[in-house]
This record gives sequence, C-alpha cells and structure tokens, in this order.
Amino acid sequence: MNQELIFLAILDGLSYAALLFLVALGITLVFGVMNILNMAHGSLFAIGGYAAATAGAWALAVGAGPLWSFIMLPVVAIVVGAFCGGLMEKYLMRRIYGKDPVLQLLVTFAAFMIFEDLQRMIWGTQPYSTSELVNYLGVAEVMGITYTWYQLAVLPGVALSVFFALRYFLRHSSMGRQVVAVAHHREVATTMGINVKKIGLLTFIAGSALGALGGVLAVQTTSWVAGIGAEMIVLSFAVVATAGLGQIEGALVAAILIGLARAFSVYLMPELEVLVPYLIMALVLLVRPQGLFSVAKARRV
Amino acid sequence: MFRSKLTRLAALAASTLMMGAVHAQTAKPAELKIGITTFMSGPASVFGVPAKQAAEMYIEQMNAAGGINGVKIAPTYIDEGVGTDKLLSEYRRVVQEQGVRVTLASISSGNCNTLAPVAEDLKVMNIMWDCGTEKLLEDKRYKYVVRTQANATTEMVATVLYLLRVKPDFKTIAVVNQDYAWGRDSWELFSNTLKALKPDVKVVAELFPKFGAPDFSTEISRLQALRPDVILSTSWGGDLDTFVRQASQRGLMKNSLFVLPLAESSLERLGTTLPDGVIVGARGDHYFLHPELKDDPKLKNFVAKFKEKTGAYPIYSVYHMIQALDGLAAGYDRAIKANKGQWPSSEQLADAMRGAEFRGLTRSVKIREDGQGLEDQLLGVTKKVAGYPFPILDKMAIYPADLITTPVGQKSPEWVKTIKSDLINSPRIKTYALSDK
Repeated sequence: MNQELIFLAILDGLSYAALLFLVALGITLVFGVMNILNMAHGSLFAIGGYAAATAGAWALAVGAGPLWSFIMLPVVAIVVGAFCGGLMEKYLMRRIYGKDPVLQLLVTFAAFMIFEDLQRMIWGTQPYSTSELVNYLGVAEVMGITYTWYQLAVLPGVALSVFFALRYFLRHSSMGRQVVAVAHHREVATTMGINVKKIGLLTFIAGSALGALGGVLAVQTTSWVAGIGAEMIVLSFAVVATAGLGQIEGALVAAILIGLARAFSVYLMPELEVLVPYLIMALVLLVRPQGLFSVAKARRV
Repeated sequence: MFRSKLTRLAALAASTLMMGAVHAQTAKPAELKIGITTFMSGPASVFGVPAKQAAEMYIEQMNAAGGINGVKIAPTYIDEGVGTDKLLSEYRRVVQEQGVRVTLASISSGNCNTLAPVAEDLKVMNIMWDCGTEKLLEDKRYKYVVRTQANATTEMVATVLYLLRVKPDFKTIAVVNQDYAWGRDSWELFSNTLKALKPDVKVVAELFPKFGAPDFSTEISRLQALRPDVILSTSWGGDLDTFVRQASQRGLMKNSLFVLPLAESSLERLGTTLPDGVIVGARGDHYFLHPELKDDPKLKNFVAKFKEKTGAYPIYSVYHMIQALDGLAAGYDRAIKANKGQWPSSEQLADAMRGAEFRGLTRSVKIREDGQGLEDQLLGVTKKVAGYPFPILDKMAIYPADLITTPVGQKSPEWVKTIKSDLINSPRIKTYALSDK
C-alpha cells in the first residue's frame, strides 16, 4: 500500500466517519442527559432520509434550484426531529425515565418497530433517492481518483460544524449549561430551579434531529429501503460504545477511528470490512469496559 | 416422563390422521387453497411487493376465467421477511391448519432451502417460484418440489457468454457483490465459467460489502485506482441502486464496463443514472419490450394493466410469479388428463408437473424430470431513447435454456468448467437489433 492509497483511504474514511458521527452524536447526547439508550434513533435516521427524498422530489417538481437544498435539508431534519422526537419524548420517554434500563430498551425498541411499520405505510417498499445536490456540486479529481465535492466538503463540513456548535452551546450558553447540569445530576438540577422537563424535551428533539440530519445527508448518495434504520443503529451503537456512552468528543474520535479502519480494510483485507467496527469495539471494551473516553464517576451515595 | 410420552402419542395420532386426510383429498375441492411466500417487509420487498400485486391481479384474472378446471384459487400470503423460524412456523400453520396443499415458496434461496424439505415431508406440492439456488435440485431428488424458472447457473453462464460476445477482448475484471449466499455463489459460478472460456482474464478485486451497505465510496476509490476493464455486480434492490448511483456520480462507469445481471429490476428506478452500454440481465427472458413478444396480447395487456395499477413496469419477480401460476395450471391440466378427468392427488400433481410446458408472459418454460425449469435468458445493453425516462435494452440476445443449464444428474460447479468457447457464438442464440423508433 503506497502513500497515495493511504491518502485515498483517509479521504474515504473521513467522509464515512462524518455520517457515522452525526447519528452517533444524537444517541450519545440523549444518553448523556437522560440516561436512556434510544433504540428508536435508527428510525429517525430512516424517516429523515425518506422525508428528504420526498422534499427533494417536491423541489424538483416545483423547479427549485439545487442550492435551495442547503436551506431545505436542515429544515427537514429539524421538522422530523421536532415532530417525531417531540411526540416520542412527551408521550413515551417521560413515563420511563428512571425505570429499569431493560424496560427502557424494550420500550424504545417497540417504538422503533412502530416507526418501521409507519415508514412502510407512508413510503412503501420501493427504494427512494434524491441526488440533485450531489450532481450540482460536481466532482473533483484527487490523484487521478474522482470524488464528489459532496463527500469531500459537505459531509465533513457539516459534521465538524455541528460538533463545534454543540460544544459551544453546551459550554457557553445558559441553556447549554442547564443541559450539562441535568446530565450531571437530575435531582440536584431540579432543586437548583432548572426546568428538567423542558431540558429533557429539548435534548430529545435535538438528538432526534441529529439522527434525522444523518439520514437527510445520507439519502443524497444512498438508496433508501425498508430496514435501513436498523443497519445504521447497530453501527452507531458500536461508535457510542467504543467512545463511552455520553461522550461527545469521544464519539467524534471513535467515528473517525471506525471510519478509517473500515476504509483501510477495504484496501488491505476486504473480507474484514464488515467485522472491523465491531472488532475495534470489542478490543476497546476488553481493555476499557467503560469505553475510551468515559471518566470515573464520583460516587453519588 | 409420562407426559412427554403422552404428547408424543398424541402427535403420532394427529399425524396419522393428517396422512389419512392427504390420501382422501382426491375429490374436487370447493376452492384451491394455495400458500404464497413473498417478501412483504425488509429490503427484498422490492421484489416481493410487486410480485404479490401481480399474484393478486393474475389470480383474479384466472378465477374470472373459471379458475383451474372450474376450481377457484384462494391464495394466502406469508411474509418471508419475518425470519426463518417464524416463516417456517407460518408455513406449517397454513399447511396443517388451513389445509393448504399447494405452496409457492420462495424468493430467498435460504428460505427455499428451509421450506423444500418441509414441503417434501408434508407431501405438499411446492413450486419454487423465484429463488435461484441451483444446489437444491442438484444435491437431492425431490418428489414434491419443482422450480418454474431458471437457476443461478443458467443465469450466470448466460451473462458470461453475453459479456464475451459484447466485449471479447477484456483483460481484467473486478466483482462487487453483496456479502451473503447469493453474492458469493453467483460469483463462484460466474468466475468458474469465465475461467473455462477465457483463462487469461485477471481478477483484480473481489469485494463483498455488507448486505445493505449504505456507502460504497471506499470500494469505488479502490476500483478507480485499479481501473478494471469490467466490473460485475450481481447485487439487487437498494444495494444495487446505491452502488450504481455512487459509481456513476464519481465517473467509475466511464472507464469500466459494468455487468449487472439483475439490473432489469432497477432500470426504471435508476432513471438516467445508468449510462449507455451497461450490460443488464433479467433473470429470464423477462422484459416489457421483449423483442419477440412485445406486441403479443398476453404480455402487452398485462404490462399495461400492471402499469396502470402500480405505476411501474413489471420487473422479473412479477414474471416469475405469473410463470409459477401458469405452471401450476399446466400441471393440474396434465394431472387431470392423466387421471381421466378426475381431480388429482398431490402425488399425481407432483408427477404431472414434471414435463409440463407452459407460457407465462414471455417465452415458454419446460420443467425437466429433476423438477428444474428451463427458462431462456435475455440480456442487453442500456440505451437511452426518446419516449422513456430510463434506458431501455439494445442489442438484446436470448439464450436457449437447454444450452446453458447443467444437465440432469450433473453438478454445476463441475459442469461449468467443461463449457467450450464455441458456445459464445452458437447459432441457437438469437440476437436482435433495437427496432428504430
């Protein structure tokens, strides 16, 4: 494997990692604040993609230019996140905070299956796709290999922007600090006068919107089929577990790690491609069962 | 201990009763119950749902014309997407509780492998209506199991022959198949056939991305670096669409000739994504613009009706479903004739299915004595024309099935190694130029 190929593998790995990171970020954010592992997160990814494909077809029909996508796509992600995430938090999640984790898993898994059927009812079973934006942005030559500008610039750009925006929000805004406070200790935060219910709702919507954003961005290059949410959720769990649950910076590093490892395995040992994310996860968890970036917690009692 | 003995006794008694029921069922039934397994959920529902729609339409049509020998067909649909164990128990349920004596199963080769021995045990006439695994009927003789379409060997040999006809002088090939039984097995058949006919071809990459992979960018970068003359992919559904779209977005299709044996089922969805000149197969001679039969009323009317009802042109799984239903009707006709006009038992039906010749929507199919159907294969290359928002097939060729199917009693992996290169230009292969519009 020469230097050129190493560089190419890095490019491929990073654009894949960007998508992985966005989806994993939503899971880890919700877990960090509410201590719930949301199995239905994959559905938000799927619904986001379907909604973006529908919106794309509509934009094409009314003759809106591809540049409108830059406004339309984030709006689609936020609407899907606010609608599905909002409903789910208000009517489902609120009832199971603080309950047995097994029950929480089962309830969110049930929500996942309901969402799957809803998708089939609304969008049917034929693949959906939209690619106006990718085609509009065109391609770039990197050392004789053609890449789309979409994967070179848009995907990593969006992922990094979301990462830094979220960090800034959590550290420097009043609302963000309230989120951190709730994440640290729910009861104490309540006694300090923080509206925990509101923070919970907002976090869940934000997490869902991130999942939907992943779908919105992925459907530009991927054909959307029934069951696509399940595929993504498993892989992003691997990212989250490698990073340590609730670790935002960790999720970025783990996504890059897994993205790169996957890209290199395609060049060096294609047989391992499917296995690599889980191999990394297993190795990390053997050495650090709490994940790469989790720190020891002070005892609460 | 005592309890389990009792249960076993009861089960034995029940199964004896069942057997009695089987032999007694020779009187003409009020309706013919058939069980149809098809994907109604999961990624393979891209085939399963159109096929189910076709079954509903076609059975309605058959019943309106009097059904089979005056007996109306009453279908029960079973979802293949629920997993093997659940499918198996559903299958047993419709057979043992609803009294279904004829089944059409399945799309997935894995499901065919599971259900065929069960059908044999239960003495249920089972038509494998879409799955491609050639091993099933080659490794074991079945009495109650037949297939009303070609198998993977026929399909892959035809593809290799067509590739060598269209582009005889290529030197390198790469493969990108889904990582599961079909992806692996089809490549084995394809590469063994290719090695027999053109031993100097170099395989530069064998890539098996995960089933349902959402991203092929690394595979595409690697293929761009390797620049193979030919890229084969037997993928289907969302996987094929995604791979082809990403490959086309990144210009991979400019340098390499793509060979896509299942792409007939994706052509309409992919719209203008595919460039001209891509080799496309149809798992049979299924095509709505069939060079011989496109003006034939049976094909033409059904295509129009299907398009009106579903908004899409029929794809190969639709044709396979209709072939299975027509095959069943042909089998019953033969069995009734052999039984002097009386309604046949399952055993008599199973005997009559072998040797049955029937026509679905395209060319006719004959079932051999081992239960394998002989179905001709159509391939072509894409060409954009006015009048369709997606490419249609040009330079079509139809390969007679008996020429390219493993003979009865032989095994495909050995047989494909014996294929000779004079087959490439056999006079029995019919070729067609695109009719000018």
